[in-house]
Amino acid sequence: MINIKSKKNKSANGETTYFDYSLLFIIIFLIGFGMVMLYSTSSYNAQLKFDDPLHYVKTQGMATVFGFVVIAVLIKAIDYHLYGKFAVFAYFAGLVLVILVKTGLGMEFNGARRWLKLGPLSFQPAEAVKLIVIISMAYMINEMGSKVNTLKGMFFLFGMTTLQAGFLGVITSNLSSAIIVEGIGVIMIFVATKNYKPFIILGLIGVSAVALFFLYETKIASSFRLERVKVWLDPTNEKYINDGGYQVLQALYAIGSGGILGKGLGNSIQKMGFVPEAQNDMIFTIICEELGLVGGIGLIAMFAFMIWRFMVIANNAPDLFGAMIVVGVLAHIALQVVLNVAVVTNTIPNTGVTLPFISYGGTSVLFLMTEMGIVLSISRRIRHEE
Amino acid sequence: MKLKTVNKKKIMIFVAVIMVLMIVVMVRIVIISVFDSEKYTQLANEVQERERYIKAARGIIEDRNGVVIATNRTVCTVSVINSQIKDEEKVTDMLVDELQMDREKVEKLVKKRSVREKIKSNVPKEIGDRIREHELDGVKVDEDYKRYYPYNEMASKVLGFTGSDNQGIVGLEVKYDKYMKGKNGAILTRTDARGIELDGIAEKRMEAVQGDTLVTSLDVNIQQYAQQAAQKVLEAKQANYVSVIVMNPNNGEIYAMCNVPEFDLNNPYAINDNKNVTQDELNRMWRNQSINDTYEPGSTFKVITATAGLETGAVTKESTFSCPGFKIVEDRRIRCHKTVGHGAETFVEATMNSCNPVFIEVGLRVGSQRFYEYLGKLGLLEKSGVDLPGEAGTIIHKIENVGQVELATMSFGQSFQITPLQLLRAVSAVINGGNLVTPHFGVGIKEINGNVKKTFDYKIVKNCIETTTSDDMKYILEQVVANGGGSKGQVEGYRIGGKTATSQKLPRNSGRYISSFIGFAPADNPQIIAICIIDEPKGVYYGGTIAAPVIRELYENVLPYLSIQTVK
Repeated sequence: MINIKSKKNKSANGETTYFDYSLLFIIIFLIGFGMVMLYSTSSYNAQLKFDDPLHYVKTQGMATVFGFVVIAVLIKAIDYHLYGKFAVFAYFAGLVLVILVKTGLGMEFNGARRWLKLGPLSFQPAEAVKLIVIISMAYMINEMGSKVNTLKGMFFLFGMTTLQAGFLGVITSNLSSAIIVEGIGVIMIFVATKNYKPFIILGLIGVSAVALFFLYETKIASSFRLERVKVWLDPTNEKYINDGGYQVLQALYAIGSGGILGKGLGNSIQKMGFVPEAQNDMIFTIICEELGLVGGIGLIAMFAFMIWRFMVIANNAPDLFGAMIVVGVLAHIALQVVLNVAVVTNTIPNTGVTLPFISYGGTSVLFLMTEMGIVLSISRRIRHEE
Repeated sequence: MKLKTVNKKKIMIFVAVIMVLMIVVMVRIVIISVFDSEKYTQLANEVQERERYIKAARGIIEDRNGVVIATNRTVCTVSVINSQIKDEEKVTDMLVDELQMDREKVEKLVKKRSVREKIKSNVPKEIGDRIREHELDGVKVDEDYKRYYPYNEMASKVLGFTGSDNQGIVGLEVKYDKYMKGKNGAILTRTDARGIELDGIAEKRMEAVQGDTLVTSLDVNIQQYAQQAAQKVLEAKQANYVSVIVMNPNNGEIYAMCNVPEFDLNNPYAINDNKNVTQDELNRMWRNQSINDTYEPGSTFKVITATAGLETGAVTKESTFSCPGFKIVEDRRIRCHKTVGHGAETFVEATMNSCNPVFIEVGLRVGSQRFYEYLGKLGLLEKSGVDLPGEAGTIIHKIENVGQVELATMSFGQSFQITPLQLLRAVSAVINGGNLVTPHFGVGIKEINGNVKKTFDYKIVKNCIETTTSDDMKYILEQVVANGGGSKGQVEGYRIGGKTATSQKLPRNSGRYISSFIGFAPADNPQIIAICIIDEPKGVYYGGTIAAPVIRELYENVLPYLSIQTVK
């Protein structure tokens, strides 16, 4: 098993304490790198839209600064066990936040009603719900003890997650966030129980459903196929240029024209309006265009390393609650990274998942940094076993 | 309580799955950015790059003395880029004002959301410069070349002109297009998705290369003399058209070729400034009658019959004949133009008199076999090979269909058709000592810096007739001008040889004629040969009366100009 091999500090009372500096370094690196790439990618669009090339960077920067304050507070001042006390409340608050989108507080942007407007700030409940699901699921798993292994317990947890995911999917029509939330929940249940069978069955059902779906889409219903599936199967076909094929195609142009070493930082052409809203979901393609295969794979490697650190922390966390929170965060990052890169490389049909820390989105960055703060604060509680 | 081993194992499983998926997407990136890179880069370039052509300046055309007869003028193309326009109203006002265009049309183009919209091309440079001085955003003035012919109408049917893309359409402009067209350059610029050029990205620029200079055998002075003389007779005789060709009989270099009425090369799509004309009318206007049309040569052709007769021994200069005013061939009675007959005459006198019965006799003596042999030797059964497109060929009986009557009529230039240039070429061979030359305009190609790049070679068939025959013919034809029917072609102080013709146009008795004269000088050592064709003159129509003076007038100017020695 994985053991802590580094970063041992003697604290004042003589105990060996731990802090995961590697993870902190990756977080700072990804946020810094994200800001640089965000500036490179968004300055053109920002100039056009807001007459200010720094528009997106400023918004993201404010969220980031606030995020660092949150991280500092979470590490230094708050014992993560405190979150357990608010878990049930947070769970219901999450549901309410999603419903609020439908009220006068809701805000529509780019044709989708997914935001809440609070004075000058706008806020996407979906990002909060991801954190809420992680905390409340970890709390419930901890509370249930050995009951998680019962079918009833598993169904209960599954229901908890699915309710949140369902709210997001149905009320805000945000399929991608719903998938992420459901994914986080299922992974947490999978890790928490000692059973395999239900998951193998669930996995088989899922795989065969997807297989059937695509079999149907590709072989039988060729004329009624979903547009995004058509685009996925044949991205260079000009027929689909107006049905979202344009975005996928431009993404491929960006990655392909970047080649192995890229055109150099700031030299992307595809960001000049060819890849629409390049600072959002498609930012990875611009990274590939400017920094090449090397930059793109390097970035994925950084995320892989981050996930590795999460695993180490989860395995050594002082208690189940902390460990499960880390597992939830791990699932969150892993799912979003894999789905985002899979979409922009046209490996799966377009779903609209952002790339953590890099894509533009104040709410997303703030909640990601909160999650990081929580994970780091859990890592501090690790007691080295001599 | 820490995680149990089973939970840790499950984390490992999930992380392993994620790592596998990460490797899968990495492989996808490798495929896209390494193996498919070329394909996607090219596709990306297609959407990112805008190509603008830099038109190459067309090579100029010079006459034999280096006088420029076709060149280029800088004109402007005015276009607008909608996304860069700040004030549509102001731009529209300015364009309507400067270009004198319909407001509605300009407005529509200005408001069109396209990458680049062309408002007007071929705008004079002064107006283009003025538009530029307005300094309005979104208005682009690109300089461009337009073919310009400084002499307007001169040799229009020879030179031809170019289309809007600077490609030759008719005449020498087509024939030598490949030398003159040059190489277009291009500017490849990167643009954003709206088509706006991106600053700071090196644009790829390929400079245009001007086409090479075509050096012709034309002589602007001779051409202008010819054109003036032709124009004068065209007006005086209210003829359909008048063609004059002036050539060096020894090498085939054409000094002048005019077919009045000519057309304005700088405005080739308008007839008398009227632009509403059919393509048919335009084609007729652009037609070069000297080479595109055939005609029955008539009596000028007797030069060929005489040559064949002398060569084959069918006749000598001293042979005597008697003309009763007609000749019976088989069942036909073919009249002489002098109905009472010329009486007794030598062959030389018969030529001076242009006596049909004598030439019928000579033709019949030669026989169709040898007659055709000499037509072939003198290039009359083939195209002249002139370096202009669309040359017409001979229309003639098949030799097996030639009976006595056909041979008789052919002997004095009827019942077959050739082009004026073919006849000029054949007569040149007769008088230059027997060398069949290829008439031509193109002499060579010069680079823009003046270096000779290429000199054209043309076929000369040597000794197609005997030198003695040639000498006899020069003597006879000089007699024609000195004392015979071509006397109005005589130029004071020079020895001129020549032959006149008055051909009836088909159908016979329609009262429509073609009058012509072919003349060369000096008669004993020809340096220049010219033919004049007057199509359908009104009033007096005899070639000797109306066509010969045209050549005389031409020679009165050209012979001194060419410093040809006078005789006492």
